[in-house]
Amino acid sequence: MTISKGARYALTSLMGIGLAFIYVPITVVVINSFNASKTFSWPPNEFTTKWWSKAIENRGVREALGWSITAGLSATAIALVLGTCLAYAVSRYSFFGKEVISLLVVLPISLPGVVTGIALSNAFNQQIGLSTGVLTIVIGHATFCIVVVYNNALARLKRMGTSLQEASMDLGANGITTFRLITLPNLASALFAGGLLAFGLSFDEIVVTTFTAGPGIETLPIWIYNNLFRPNQAPIVNVVAATLIVVSVIPIYLSQRLSQDSTSGGRF
Amino acid sequence: MVLPQPDRPVLVSIRNLSRSFGVVQAVDDVSLDVYAGEFLTLLGPSGSGKTTVLRMIAGFEKPDRGSIELGGTDVSQLPPYERDVNTVFQDYALFPHMDVISNIEYGLRVKGVEKVERRARALVALEQVRLGGYGERKPAQLSGGQRQRVALARALVNRPSVLLLDEPLGALDLKLREQMQIELKELQREVGITFIFVTHDQEEALTMSDRIAIFNRGKIEQLGTPREVYDNPYTTFVSEFVGQTNKYDLNGTTINIRPEFITISKGETFGDRTVAGKLRDAIFVGATTRFLVDTVDGGTLIATQRHEDIAVGDSVILSWESEKEFLVN
Repeated sequence: MTISKGARYALTSLMGIGLAFIYVPITVVVINSFNASKTFSWPPNEFTTKWWSKAIENRGVREALGWSITAGLSATAIALVLGTCLAYAVSRYSFFGKEVISLLVVLPISLPGVVTGIALSNAFNQQIGLSTGVLTIVIGHATFCIVVVYNNALARLKRMGTSLQEASMDLGANGITTFRLITLPNLASALFAGGLLAFGLSFDEIVVTTFTAGPGIETLPIWIYNNLFRPNQAPIVNVVAATLIVVSVIPIYLSQRLSQDSTSGGRF
Repeated sequence: MVLPQPDRPVLVSIRNLSRSFGVVQAVDDVSLDVYAGEFLTLLGPSGSGKTTVLRMIAGFEKPDRGSIELGGTDVSQLPPYERDVNTVFQDYALFPHMDVISNIEYGLRVKGVEKVERRARALVALEQVRLGGYGERKPAQLSGGQRQRVALARALVNRPSVLLLDEPLGALDLKLREQMQIELKELQREVGITFIFVTHDQEEALTMSDRIAIFNRGKIEQLGTPREVYDNPYTTFVSEFVGQTNKYDLNGTTINIRPEFITISKGETFGDRTVAGKLRDAIFVGATTRFLVDTVDGGTLIATQRHEDIAVGDSVILSWESEKEFLVN
């Protein structure tokens, strides 16, 4: 497609403006976490790492980080097991209601977080009688973490086809051995990518967490929300926000790299 | 239709095998005996049921009806990993995360053969398919022909009583395919294992097989040696699928004659049948030329022979021996 010079400049600058809208505020947050001025005078005339040391020393931040990691790892673990099982069932067997189940699994990621949150909160408190705590956060996060693991695993299984499994069985391996020696190793990079994405999703989730976290449990995003309007905490909030950005971006970057690698080299 | 071969015992005995997929009857009441040590080809167009028969022998599909006996035991309900057969797949299905030697060892490994012995046997198999020194490579680093050999070694190292081959040469280019046809045949004689080979390529079937079973619409139309099938096709389908056939209306009766038995000339005749005509087209195909002739009575005949100096539009005489004609039902 050819476009005129004028149109090209217009499109380039529009794209520049669009990207600037997204990334300038984020960059400001990261820079301000090193800004020596407590009132964030702009442009910063001195840089410091003291907010970072203060944040590391801050008990609330450390606890919140701990909860976030616990919730993220647990939700990811649940998602990996259930998501893989579901993807395997949907890709390898035909059964009644398969399409519906496939849709129901993927749906939570597009449901508004506030709806999922309220529904889960009601269910935990009133129907099940489970008091909210870290377990309920994990269950809440698992609902949408499953989706990314499931999607990644399903795509890989479909591309793998059935002939590798058939070859394995033909050579004398039963179903379990085949899964362990053939299916799982070929699924591993897809599961790793899915797991990273799931962890990233869980780590910066706030809406569902608000409804499912019990009193006294703060994940990092909730800690930020609670401390946002306390002027004393403002410099530390920037540090925590910068951490969240990094922890959420790395998994997405890695998982994209992994999925690219596997499309070119995973199968021949 | 099963031909007696008294010098060899029956190894695979298929009786009244049927399988349908939805409304499609893929395999329809097929019976077939395969003799120990023979090279049997299942030949037919796509959708004729030959691959489904192979997959039922391997255990990937369960028959709706009928039995498959392997060495006297009915295996038709057993899973693939409990049958003493191995398969070479059309797409080779090499395990991409394992190197070549681990691929070949796989069958021995899952059967619990200890490491030293299975490595030694795998190396022998690798030599057998002339890939010595390639053991450390990953399948992705091999050419199509090399992958094909690895797939072969991976199956043969288990010394199955029957080797199933599902169009294994289909993905190779012509030159390599012809070379592999000869190699495969030699390998089969060397190891003495029964081969059941599926292909839609009639030339491949004629080149390699001891016997050919020709499939059409889920049934075997004819079973016999390449020679029998070529010289005496039972049905129109067989005569047209294996080799080329002229179907020609001669004084009210339809006769069938292979193009290579017809001689084209400008005057001389060779044989008791003669038909005059005009050359419509001459297609040079290398060793031979295919002559398309419009005959005086309005039909068309094809003659295949070494090139003749005849121009398109020339009047020609076609002649052949009537004993070369064959009848089909």
